[in-house]
Amino acid sequence: MTQGEIVAGCLAPHPPHLVYAENPPQNEPVAEGGWEQLRWGYERLRESLKDVDYDAIVLLSPHWQTYVGTHFLGLPNFKSLSVDPVFPNLFRYHYDLNIDVELTRNIHDKAAEAGLSVKMMENPDFRVDYGTITTGHMFNPVWDKPLVVVSSNRSRDYYSVEVMQEMMIELGRVTREAILESGKKVVVLASNSLSHRHFTTESEIPEDMSKEHITSHAMHLWDMRMIDYIRSGQAQRILDEMPEFTEQAIAESDGGGLSWLLSTLDTPSYPGILHGYGTIIGTGNAIVEWPERNHKEASQ
Amino acid sequence: MSEGGLVGSFIVPVHPHTVLVPEQNEGWQRLRNAFDEAAQRIKDSNADLLVIYSTTWPSIIGHQIQADPNPEWVMVDHDFHDLGSIPYSFNIDSEFAHAWDEANKKRGLKSRTINYTGFPIDVGSVVALKLLNPDNVIPAVIVSSNVYANRSETTVLAKSCLDVIKATGRKAVAITAMSLSNRMFTTAIDPKDDKIHSLKDDEWNRKILEFLGEGRLEDVGQLSRTIHKQIRVQKVVAFKPMWWLAGMNENRNNLTGDVLAYEAIHGAGGAVVHLDPTPSGAGDKEYDEDDVEFFSGERNVLDAEGDAPSFDAQIPEAQQTTTSSGPALWEPTTGESSVNSDAAPKPVGMYPHARRVGDLLYLSGVGPRQPGTNAIPGGPICDDQGAPLNYDIKAQTRAVVDNITRILEEAGGSIDDVLDVTSFLVDMDRDFAGYNEVWADTLGKVGPTRTTLAIRALPTPIAVEMKVIARAPKEN
Ligand SMILES: [Fe+2]
Repeated sequence: MTQGEIVAGCLAPHPPHLVYAENPPQNEPVAEGGWEQLRWGYERLRESLKDVDYDAIVLLSPHWQTYVGTHFLGLPNFKSLSVDPVFPNLFRYHYDLNIDVELTRNIHDKAAEAGLSVKMMENPDFRVDYGTITTGHMFNPVWDKPLVVVSSNRSRDYYSVEVMQEMMIELGRVTREAILESGKKVVVLASNSLSHRHFTTESEIPEDMSKEHITSHAMHLWDMRMIDYIRSGQAQRILDEMPEFTEQAIAESDGGGLSWLLSTLDTPSYPGILHGYGTIIGTGNAIVEWPERNHKEASQ
Repeated sequence: MSEGGLVGSFIVPVHPHTVLVPEQNEGWQRLRNAFDEAAQRIKDSNADLLVIYSTTWPSIIGHQIQADPNPEWVMVDHDFHDLGSIPYSFNIDSEFAHAWDEANKKRGLKSRTINYTGFPIDVGSVVALKLLNPDNVIPAVIVSSNVYANRSETTVLAKSCLDVIKATGRKAVAITAMSLSNRMFTTAIDPKDDKIHSLKDDEWNRKILEFLGEGRLEDVGQLSRTIHKQIRVQKVVAFKPMWWLAGMNENRNNLTGDVLAYEAIHGAGGAVVHLDPTPSGAGDKEYDEDDVEFFSGERNVLDAEGDAPSFDAQIPEAQQTTTSSGPALWEPTTGESSVNSDAAPKPVGMYPHARRVGDLLYLSGVGPRQPGTNAIPGGPICDDQGAPLNYDIKAQTRAVVDNITRILEEAGGSIDDVLDVTSFLVDMDRDFAGYNEVWADTLGKVGPTRTTLAIRALPTPIAVEMKVIARAPKEN
């Protein structure tokens, strides 16, 4: 069997506004283009991967929060309605997605062997979280690739960023191993924002872009610092500074997605491509692609 | 129509075990029995409304209130999905939900009703309604828990709910769906081996339940931040359901409490507690925080954690130290035993600067305003329009001490006569350190007893005021 491959790893955030902006029929207000910057970023990401062949998407969303270890969607298909409990006015989505149960099982088993607490989710009534749906939709709107969906183990809340990161790096390592052994070509997605302090009020006009900005200068500085590391190929520094970043920027990397992603990519020393950056209700969101396929070609 | 009010309050655990698999563990079964007992008590109370504050439904922009008259779906827990599914169909009082939403806005809160097919009602609310209202006879309303909300916002949320309960003559039951200690085991366990995650968590839980059993709800509310730090996974900024429930009970400490069960659910502390509004004659309030009636914005809650930048830079410096705004000034009243001073600022109401009773001198509250000019050393805390200004708490505190000195000297004594001081600060977090520093330099050397309180506002735009009792100078 040929060796599997991670063709790309991406930071792919999930503000529901990005889907709302497509004006689905259930929208109450009509979108006025406020979130196009980030939507263009996703467009560039899709364009960049248009000619790249892959078999499956492996995705970690911080909105499937589990406290008892890491869980994996474990049935071949999930079909239902996803309503965002925080912004139900913006996000209600009928989804129908397929799971690569075999690859899921392989990652699960390897994680268990490595001593991580894991569980397969095999209840057919389970509703897939809106983070998974939003990132899944923005990355691949036709949903024609099977997914592996990984929950966000809240070990940061239970212990510390350091413990969370240790576990996520280990989970990333076994994820990579399982992908390479599977013979499949895979894209890995971490669905999270960077700085993550929201506004607690909203403007009269839903998309009053004269009001949209990062919540504070400190958040801006952190986002720029992380983006600089991303663009200059210094993933190790991102991991090194993860505790300070997560605590001071209240970053959504607290869910483990970014640490896990960088670990699946074997801590890349090649630059990530920044396809877009923008704020949504004060939070900082970057769309980034680490094209591992290029890295491999370069080193051949 | 008789005036409405609360006929009872209940605290119930959130995890789905009590609905789906109580038989797997004796403790879970005892919790389930307690739920059933609570349901019977609710029925017997003739309640006509259940109000649920759920810690498992977070919100970001203010609070959300469920207003779908008949939400139906199948709930599966994010962690305990293997225990099974819980189909639900609830009876929601959407009229009350809309009235509460309006009342919230009147009290300055951000609020929204929601009515969307397929909205995922959270596990805490589903468990509570399934077990406390099994026949769906009593209409219910559910409110979210704002992740950023602090005490004032949560307290005002309760007050606006009470406004509507009273106005509509409802007999309501308030319910908080919550864990006590919320640390769970992070690996799968055999149900038989379930226990509270640690001895420390267990001891705290028992302490909380001892208070609740004595009906001392406000005391638990006052300890909320301490409890959060001690036994809560630091996921949200506070242990808020007790603030809400205390607010719903008008911050009382003399309720009649009854702990129906206390057990572990996968390591977390789960309790069913009944708080009856009948006065028990138990503890009274020892102290309380600002009894806020209106929410006027967040108070940089993250600053307390030291992880957010200071917003002071955005606040313009005071341009002047005098102020023409504020309440009208009065001549101090004169009468037997009153002591007044031209060297102290004019009162803002009908009262003297001080009064002598026997060997003691009681001073009216003294602020930093300067006699004559009415200027505020260190600057006012806000402008005429109420916009905040940057001010110097140390200069204000020094001016207060100077004014006290003048009044005492007018009475023939000195600052050394001060025996007891009650200080009021409008922003404890910002100002305590500066105030304390000046205190140490001045009154601290005299040595009176002292109590310092945070309050919402003072009548003029000042940040500090002191209420003083002093030794009266010997009368000649
Ligand atoms: Fe998110």
